[in-house]
Amino acid sequence: MEFETVIGLEVHAQLLTDTKIFCGCSTKFGGAPNSHTCPVCLGLPGVLPVLNKKVVEFAMKMSLATNCVINKSCSFARKNYFYPDLPKGYQISQFAYPLSEHGYIFLDVDGAQKKIGLTRIHMEEDAGKLMHDEHNPVSYVDLNRAGVPLIEIVSEPDMRSPSEAADYLKRLHEILVYLEICDGNMEEGSFRCDANVSIRPMGQKEYGTRAELKNMNSFRNVQRALEYEIKRQQYLVECGGKVVQETRLWDDASGVSISMRSKEEAHDYRYFPDPDLVPILVDDAWVEKIRRELPELPLAKRERFIKDYQIPEYDAGVLTADKALSQYYEEVVKLCGKPKQASNWVMGDVLRFLNEDKRDIRKCPITAVALADMISLIEAGKISGKMAKDIIPDMYKTGLSPQKIIEEKGLVQITDEGELIKTLTAIIESNPGQVADYRGGKEKLFGFFVGQAMKATQGKANPQLVNDLLKKMLAG
Amino acid sequence: MKLSSKEVEYVARLARLEITDNETEKFTAQLNDILGYIDKLNELDTTGVAPMSHAIAVTNAFREDKIIDSIGTDKSLANAPDGRGEFFRVPKVID
Repeated sequence: MEFETVIGLEVHAQLLTDTKIFCGCSTKFGGAPNSHTCPVCLGLPGVLPVLNKKVVEFAMKMSLATNCVINKSCSFARKNYFYPDLPKGYQISQFAYPLSEHGYIFLDVDGAQKKIGLTRIHMEEDAGKLMHDEHNPVSYVDLNRAGVPLIEIVSEPDMRSPSEAADYLKRLHEILVYLEICDGNMEEGSFRCDANVSIRPMGQKEYGTRAELKNMNSFRNVQRALEYEIKRQQYLVECGGKVVQETRLWDDASGVSISMRSKEEAHDYRYFPDPDLVPILVDDAWVEKIRRELPELPLAKRERFIKDYQIPEYDAGVLTADKALSQYYEEVVKLCGKPKQASNWVMGDVLRFLNEDKRDIRKCPITAVALADMISLIEAGKISGKMAKDIIPDMYKTGLSPQKIIEEKGLVQITDEGELIKTLTAIIESNPGQVADYRGGKEKLFGFFVGQAMKATQGKANPQLVNDLLKKMLAG
Repeated sequence: MKLSSKEVEYVARLARLEITDNETEKFTAQLNDILGYIDKLNELDTTGVAPMSHAIAVTNAFREDKIIDSIGTDKSLANAPDGRGEFFRVPKVID
């Protein structure tokens, strides 16, 4: 039987505020356990949470960037459940009245634009962190993260394959990082994703029973976990079984998901309006103020790169996938004025070096100035492209300027006609057979002479000059 | 009776409260009294009145994103029933 996959995603993104959502404690990652806590985020009785205005503004930015409608009025609710990482016994979240709804983003699917709906974006607080003791039946709780602001971005069940889901996540991630409202660090949990997955026979309208997948902390894991889950469900159905609604935990090491079905009754969160927090009214003026603060978003930047720099769509996609990389590229272009060459060097050599070292572009030893200088040296005929290929690994290793490396290696290009003519004459004299054949019409042999010239000069000859001189000299 | 004793037991369990049979009976009666009063309120015609979640007409109570010194790990742990080092310690829970 042919099945169709239906996927909806819930993304939790930690917001880059300095303080927590309802108190003045720092949100900084990596502090000593429980050092960033106060009576509010510890959930002590009698305290009053007060909303951090920046959280609302950051959430509004994401809403606008994903075409959501911001509700004129929204409010917080209490989601009640007991878990030791949640000191109050409830999480402050939004339920009936979220900040924004009805958004969408576009994905490139098989060369066409596919619209993925966003159901809602709401604000909430993060929970603390639990560490389980391996030898004793106890767990340790660190509440530094309790109360760190999150936005939850809920998609419609619009994705039809694991790769679409991974693509959607990459787009959301990119937008969040461009907006500078989330650092996007998946390993530290700043960007987390849960997936709802179901299958249905091709052509069937009703959705199948869905399973919820958790604990996928990389784009690759999301895709793998979804692929596994789809296979699992298909196998179940084909064997006459039934998919049950449950939460499953992805185990990256073994490549399988494990059911988290708890013995207890289904969750009953008993949401109700949080009496401590008054409603939030958002007027048009506020929305417009935030709209004006939006930076250029990835999609717009991509289109501008294609138009202004005349680079292929593929290049523009790679260069804008990371905001810092796009800034690096633009800096190089501004300094050397050669967009296509800059794109080739950034995408080819620079990115390869960085990927090999798993290093961030912000820590690239080749500065934008150094790369632009190198491109300018090629353009000015001071070095050949081949020489540049030879020195760029040294630029990466040492962080030195191309000028410095050329000087140290004695790599200056030979542009002296007299010197080159001497070399070329020697080549012509020692290869009379090839010369005769070339003159007899075998023009392909031209490349042979160029090769010989480069060999004799260890690649230092200016290629254009070699071409011009050879043409004249071989003409006889 | 709007609320059964079964529902009262369920809510008690959700709230991690242990109650005796006598208490179940007592709370069922009390909660039904409260629901009866809500029924009385429901007799009022509220057509055209927007639902409200708060009794006060205050909106947009914000604070600025400014760090205020935390109270520190020692003080945070001072009231905890159990702790170890810089952590709270609880019975092991795995979902």
